[in-house]
Amino acid sequence: MQSQTMLIRFELNGKPVEVEVSARTTLADCLRHQLMQTGTHVGCEHGVCGACTVIVAGEAVRSCLMLAVQVEGQAVTTVEGLSREEALTPLQAAFRKHHALQCGFCTPGMLATAHALLTEDPEADRARIREVLSGNLCRCTGYIPIVEAVFEARAAYVDKSAKA
Amino acid sequence: MNPKHPFAAVGAPVERVEDLRLLRGRGKYVDDLHCEGMLHAAILRSPVAHGRIRAIDCAAARAMPGVRGIFTAEDIAQTSKGSIPTIPLRAAPLPELVRFEQPVIAHRKVRYVGEPIALAVADSAALAEDALEAIGLDIEPLPAVAGWRASARNDVLLFEECASNQPITYTASKGDAASVNAAYVRRERLRVQRHTACCMEPRGLLALWDGAQAKLEVSGAAKVPFAVRRALAQCLDLPEDCVDMIEADTGGSFGVRGEFYPEDYLVPFAARKLNRPVKWTEDRRENLLASDHAREVDMEVEIACEKDGTILALRGRAWVDMGAYVRANASVQPCNIAQYLSGPYRVPNIHVQSTMVLTNKTPVGTYRAPGRFEADFFRERLFDMAARDLAIDPVEFRRRNLLCKEEMPYPFATLRPPERKGETDSGDYRIALERCLAEIGWAEKSRLQGRLIEGRYHGLGIGCFIEGGGAGPRENARLVVEPDGSVSVYVGSANLGQGLETVCTQIAAEALALPMERIRVFHGSTAHLKEGFGSFHSRSVVMGGSAILAAAENLRGAIRAAAARRLGCAVSDVVIGEGLSASQAAGGKTLALSESVPQGLSAEGTFASHHHTTAYGAAAAHVAVDARTGRIELLDYVMVEDIGRIINPLTARGQAIGAIVQGLGGTLLENLVYDEEGQLLTASLVDYLLPSATDFPHIRAILLEDSPSPHNPLGAKGGGEGGTVAVGGVVANAVAAALVTLGVEPRELPLAPQRIWHLIDAARR
Ligand code: FES
Ligand code: FES
Repeated sequence: MQSQTMLIRFELNGKPVEVEVSARTTLADCLRHQLMQTGTHVGCEHGVCGACTVIVAGEAVRSCLMLAVQVEGQAVTTVEGLSREEALTPLQAAFRKHHALQCGFCTPGMLATAHALLTEDPEADRARIREVLSGNLCRCTGYIPIVEAVFEARAAYVDKSAKA
Repeated sequence: MNPKHPFAAVGAPVERVEDLRLLRGRGKYVDDLHCEGMLHAAILRSPVAHGRIRAIDCAAARAMPGVRGIFTAEDIAQTSKGSIPTIPLRAAPLPELVRFEQPVIAHRKVRYVGEPIALAVADSAALAEDALEAIGLDIEPLPAVAGWRASARNDVLLFEECASNQPITYTASKGDAASVNAAYVRRERLRVQRHTACCMEPRGLLALWDGAQAKLEVSGAAKVPFAVRRALAQCLDLPEDCVDMIEADTGGSFGVRGEFYPEDYLVPFAARKLNRPVKWTEDRRENLLASDHAREVDMEVEIACEKDGTILALRGRAWVDMGAYVRANASVQPCNIAQYLSGPYRVPNIHVQSTMVLTNKTPVGTYRAPGRFEADFFRERLFDMAARDLAIDPVEFRRRNLLCKEEMPYPFATLRPPERKGETDSGDYRIALERCLAEIGWAEKSRLQGRLIEGRYHGLGIGCFIEGGGAGPRENARLVVEPDGSVSVYVGSANLGQGLETVCTQIAAEALALPMERIRVFHGSTAHLKEGFGSFHSRSVVMGGSAILAAAENLRGAIRAAAARRLGCAVSDVVIGEGLSASQAAGGKTLALSESVPQGLSAEGTFASHHHTTAYGAAAAHVAVDARTGRIELLDYVMVEDIGRIINPLTARGQAIGAIVQGLGGTLLENLVYDEEGQLLTASLVDYLLPSATDFPHIRAILLEDSPSPHNPLGAKGGGEGGTVAVGGVVANAVAAALVTLGVEPRELPLAPQRIWHLIDAARR
C-alpha cells in the first residue's frame, strides 16, 4: 500500500515543528518514530490503556487514536515538555515521592492525564482523580500511590490558577 | 555491614534513581531504539488451533515493494542443518519433556492460535504487516482440544509420535498420606482460570548483526538475559561470546517477559540473514496470544483432620493446562502447586500429584507467585469448608495448624522427579496472623459475617501464606573505581521495573561508605559480566545484593593492598574511611581514593546459595456482595508480610500493593477465555479486564522485618510476590462467608458477577 504523504506543522512542547507524514500515521507513531519523542508510549493502539496520552490544545487525548494530520496548527504537549527545566515539576516530584511508578511505562500517560485534570480542576478529590485516571492502566503500582501523588500535587496547580 | 556511617542507605525509604529519567520521558524501552538502516518485522500467526500446514505461498509477499524478506520453517531448516530449533527448557529440564518443546516456527503442524508461521521483514512496520496479508496459507484443520478433559482422553494427539498429551506427572510426598485414617475428611474439586501478566509494555526486540565480526547484539532482553543468550547462541549455532543480550528499560515482566520465545530466535535470525538491524514490537493482540499464559488448573484436593481441626493429611491431584508446548519454565507452576500446597501449615502427611496436560492453546509459563496463588486458593478454600463442617472458627483453625517458631526450619513435601526437597527458613508466623487480624479489626467486624446490610451481604475472609524467593545457584557482581572517584556496579540481576537500580545503589553505597551519587549501577546485560542469572523467583535483591556485598568486601581489600604499597605499611595497618579513603592506622597519612588506587581498579564478588528464602504473612478481606447482581465490592484488604530485612521500604511497599492488585485482577476480573475450537475470545484489553484505578481503592500492606533470612548476609527475603499469593483464597473465603446463609461455596475463579449470580441462583433453587 503506497500512501500519500503530507507536510504538517504544529507546536510540540512549545517549539514549532514540521514533519512529513503519511495519511495513516497516528500521532503516537509520528511523535515516537519520526520526531523521536519516545517518552510517549504505546500499550494497545486501541484507545484502552492510556499510555499514549498527550495534551492537545489543553485536552488529554490518546495519540494512538488520533492521526498526525489532525494536529496541524495545534499545540501538543508530551511528557518531555512537562518540565521546561531540569528540575522535576511538582507533579513529577510527587510521583517520585509516593513511588507512583515502577516500570514507568504507563507514567507519561498518567502524568499527561493528571496534568490536564489538575490544570482544569485543581480541587479534584480522590474519587474524581480515580475516575479520571481509570482510563489509564498501570500493571505495577496498584494505583494507590498514583492517586496519592496526584492528590498531593494539587497544591501546585491551585497556586498556578490563582496567579493566572 | 556497618550501618553506622553517614552513608548507611539500607533500610531508608530512598526515592528512586531511575525515576529521574522515567518521569521526564527519558527512559529507553526497546521500541524507543532506532538505528541506521533498521528494518521492521511482523509475524504471521496461525489462525487455527490445530492443523497440518499444506502450503505457504510467499511469492506475492516477497515481490512487494519495501519487503526485504519472508521467512518460514523451510528457510530456517535450510540454515540450521535441516532441523528447526526448539525453545530449550530452562527450569528443571527433564529428558521426558524435550520432545514437547516448541519449535521456533511452526513446522508441518500448528498447535495453537497465534503460533508463528512466517516472519516478514520490510522497510516499515506497516509494510511488513501488509506483506503478511499477501502470504497464502493452506492449513488442513484438525480437531482441536481446548480443555484438559478432552485432551486427557488422548483421542486427539498434539504430538502424534507421542501416544499421550500428558508429558509428565509430578508427585509431592511426605509421611504416609495414603494410610491416614482421620475422623474427618473432605474432598473438593476446585479450579483456577487461565490468566496472565499482561505487562503494559508489549514485548519487543532489536537485533543487530555485525557481519564482519560475526557478532550479534539483541536489545530488549529482560529477566534472564544470560540464559536467553545461551539458548539463542545454541539455536543459531554461534559461540556464546558472539552474542550479547542488552537490557533496555523494561515495562514489567512478572515472570512472563524475558523468557526465550520464538520471536527471540526469529528476529535475530532475520537480522543475520539480511545483514541489517531488525526491530519487532508486538501489538496487544499478539501480546495476549503469544506471551506465556498461566495459572489454569483443576484440582481435586482432600483434607483429613482430627475433630479438633488438627490437620493429619493433604491429598490431591491437579491437572495443569499447559497449552500446546512445554516452554522454557513451564514446569514451575505444576511443581509448585504440588510442593507448596501445604503453605505455612504443619501437615505431617502429604501426597499430591500434578499432571501436565497439553491443549491447543497458548503455552504457559510462570506468572508472579506461580503455582502458589493457585495452591493457596485450593488450600484456604478447603480450610474454610472444613472449619465450618467441624464448627471451628476459621481463625482458630489456622492458629491450630500454623507452624511455630520452634519448628523452623520445617520441611515441605519432597517433589519428584527429579527429587527436590525444601524447607522454610525463619520466622514466627503467628505474629503476622495476629497483626493482620488486628489491622482489619477482625474481632469487631466478625459480627458482620453473613449479615445483609442495605441489600448487600457482608463477609470476612482470612488466609496465611508463604512466599519463596532467592533462587540460586549464585549471582555475580563487579565493582569498578572510575577516574572521577565514583564506583560502577555491574550486577547479574535484571531490572524489570522493580527499582533494582535504586536498591543496588543503596546496598553498594552502604557497603563502600560512599554517598549514593557516587554509585552507578549497570545490570542485566550480558556485556557487563561473564555470568549472570537474572531476576525471577524474587531473587534479584537477595542474590544480586549479596553479590554486591561480596564484591565490595573484595574491593576494600584491593584498596587496602594498594594503599599499603603507597604508604609503605602492612596491609593490616590500613584503615578504609569515608569515601574509600585509606589511612595508616596509627594516626598516619590519609590517601584519597584517587591517590591510593590505580585507575580502573576493580573487584568481583559472587554469592552462592541453594537455600531459598521464605517470606510469610497473612491477609484478610472484607467484602460486600450484591445478591441481585453478583457484584463484589472489596471494602477492605489488609496484608501483613514479613520479608526479612527491608532494603527500601518505599519500593518494598510498592511491590506489595502492586502484587495484591494483580492478585485481585486474577481473582475478580481477568480471564483468558477460549471457545471449543481453541480460539481466544479475549485478545484485547476491552475483553481482558485489568484492574483500573476505580476498582480497588481500599488496600493496605504492612511489611515487617522481624525475621531476617539466615541464608544471606543482607538478611533479605524475596518479597515481590507475596502480595499475590493469598488473594484468591482470601477473597473467595470472604465471599463464601458473606453468602453463608445462602449456602454458596465459590469453587472456581474468577469471582465474576455472572458466576456469583449463578451460584446464588442455583443455591436458591
Ligand atoms: S496505546 Fe493509546 S490507549 Fe493504549
Ligand atoms: S508503572 Fe509499570 S505500568 Fe505503571
